[in-house]
Amino acid sequence: MKKKTIILFFVVTVVFLIHACIDTQSRTKGVYLLIDTSGTYTEELKKAQTIINYLLGTLQPGDSLAVGRIDTGSFSEKDIIAKVTFDKRPSTANNQKRAFQKKIDEFIKGVKESPYTDITGGMLQAVEYLNEAGSGMKYILIFSDLKEELAAGMIRDFQIKMDDIRVVALNVTKLRSDNIDPREYMNRLEFWKKRVESSGGLWRVINDLERLEKILSD
Amino acid sequence: MWKNFIIWTDSPVLSILVWVVVCVLVFFFARIPAQQLILSISRVLHNAFRLASRSLLYAARRMEMRNREVLLAAGRESTEKLIEREFERVNAVVKRDIQGYPALHRNLSDLVTKIDEDYRESTEAPPSPPGWLNAVESVAKIPSTGDTLVSNMLGEIKNAMERHHKTSIHEYRKASKKRHSLLSKMMPFWRKLTNTLEKVGKTIAGLEDRSLVIDNKMAHYEEILAKTDRAERMLSSSSLTQFVISGIVLLIAMGGAVVNFNLIALPMSEMVGGGSYIGPFKASNIAAMVIILVETAMGLYLMESLHITRLFPVIHTMADRLRYRMIWVTFSILLILACVEAALAFMRDLIAADMQILRQTLAGVAESEATRRSWIPTVGQMVMGFILPFALAFVAIPLESFVHSSRTVLGVVVVGILRLIAFMLRLTGNIISSVGEMLVRLYDLVIFPLLWVERLARTKKKEDASSTKEASQ
Repeated sequence: MKKKTIILFFVVTVVFLIHACIDTQSRTKGVYLLIDTSGTYTEELKKAQTIINYLLGTLQPGDSLAVGRIDTGSFSEKDIIAKVTFDKRPSTANNQKRAFQKKIDEFIKGVKESPYTDITGGMLQAVEYLNEAGSGMKYILIFSDLKEELAAGMIRDFQIKMDDIRVVALNVTKLRSDNIDPREYMNRLEFWKKRVESSGGLWRVINDLERLEKILSD
Repeated sequence: MWKNFIIWTDSPVLSILVWVVVCVLVFFFARIPAQQLILSISRVLHNAFRLASRSLLYAARRMEMRNREVLLAAGRESTEKLIEREFERVNAVVKRDIQGYPALHRNLSDLVTKIDEDYRESTEAPPSPPGWLNAVESVAKIPSTGDTLVSNMLGEIKNAMERHHKTSIHEYRKASKKRHSLLSKMMPFWRKLTNTLEKVGKTIAGLEDRSLVIDNKMAHYEEILAKTDRAERMLSSSSLTQFVISGIVLLIAMGGAVVNFNLIALPMSEMVGGGSYIGPFKASNIAAMVIILVETAMGLYLMESLHITRLFPVIHTMADRLRYRMIWVTFSILLILACVEAALAFMRDLIAADMQILRQTLAGVAESEATRRSWIPTVGQMVMGFILPFALAFVAIPLESFVHSSRTVLGVVVVGILRLIAFMLRLTGNIISSVGEMLVRLYDLVIFPLLWVERLARTKKKEDASSTKEASQ
């Protein structure tokens, strides 16, 4: 009886360990922040810097972070300002965070306004990066007023595959025309919501930047 | 659905009435088998519950007996250990003090002989009177005639007497001085003798005390062997106390383990990676937990090898040489792990400080005085990291008490639960039996008009029969 109990205990332990080891589900987070650099929105970039600093303080070793700009043609590697996958060791990850912060500071100092706003291209670039990074939880943060203005000849009216990607619109400012007709603002938000959700993503808007902890909450 | 039962749609009350009459009729005609069915079902259920209750009570009684056996066996073993320990103490006292008794005896004899000799030498010997004293006495009795020769002779005698007296006094004083010197030399011997005797007295008193303790333990042991209720009560109470105390100590140890875990979990992420997972748990957390568990296991082996606990018979029955080796091996591993923990605690402090500085930089705050490195928390953490593994090693002692006492306490709890379930089953069985009888009465109540008619018919029939009988007579 005692022998049987020991064997049973052993088998259960082995099964648990095997199950635990073959659990290959990634628990890392991948965050891609899109920063709108068009028109007057460049005035809001200080806020974007706060968000990036918050992300640097929150993300853990093994997580990935990239910051890309939204300009005339955003579907390009050149629009990635900085990207990093943090090392598994916390001390090295801290050094990477410092370097990342430095890069962002330099970018903010020398940013130039772009005439057009290609949000869709930026989102495509973000999806591509996040899929390559292979993170368990993927986030696209859009720091923009969500008013897309495409240059002539740009084709962006197609569906993007963004399964299980959480898209968070941050600091969606109201334009002058929104104040005249608030329905424009509502319609803009509704348009992006539908576009994201029909592509398999999850949509959320956070305008109160005092509650940054909500950004990465599930 | 109810519409199907309405015979006359324009008069539902009449339809219901008809159905009631039909039902009453059916109930009346099916009265005997229906009531038998109700009674037999209730009886079956009552018997089943009673049987289940009985078997549970039987199981509880068996469990109780087994608990008693276990309790008495544990008590016997524990008392045997205590008596064995008392005998070991007595043996140690005997070895230490009484084993050297021949030497002590010789020492005492020597001292007594020496004192005796000194005493004899110190006895007062009065100076013996000179032999010519009688002659002097005779000369002194000669009547004085005024002769100068006689007076000169007497004067000479007087002088001689005085000289002799002086000499005697001198001799006497010398002898007294020697005697006093001998007596003062005896003092240390007396003291030594007194001390030796006091020591022997203490040893004997200590042995007497031990023998009283052994007597008490033996009386307790005899009670356990006789399996008396008193012994069982005492053991049970002692077991419960042990359970509570060891439980509290284990909780304290768990608190220590949690502190230890927090001390090493963060630096472990530097070794096994902060983003690695095993199942739903962080690999660094599991690694920290494993280290703590290994320390606890080493502590268990160490305590077992030192014969402080008796959890593993294999270690307990090991050859002494092998056991000593095991003591050194487990202690060395524990020491290494303690050093590793101290190093991890140091690393934790470095990582935490680095993170703090990074957070401040990200928040755009200048480095404050408070966050500047101080060696006090670092040293504190390192000391804690070094001490906690050794503190955890002592968990083996309360763990053993907990395991042993929980066997008894759990047994008592199981018996209580079994008795409670048995009572509930018995109660349910009795309720079902009563409900069956109640249903029969209710059945009769539903068909009471027909029963009344039947009773009337029977009475009438009896009356007719008796009147016919009287007429025929």
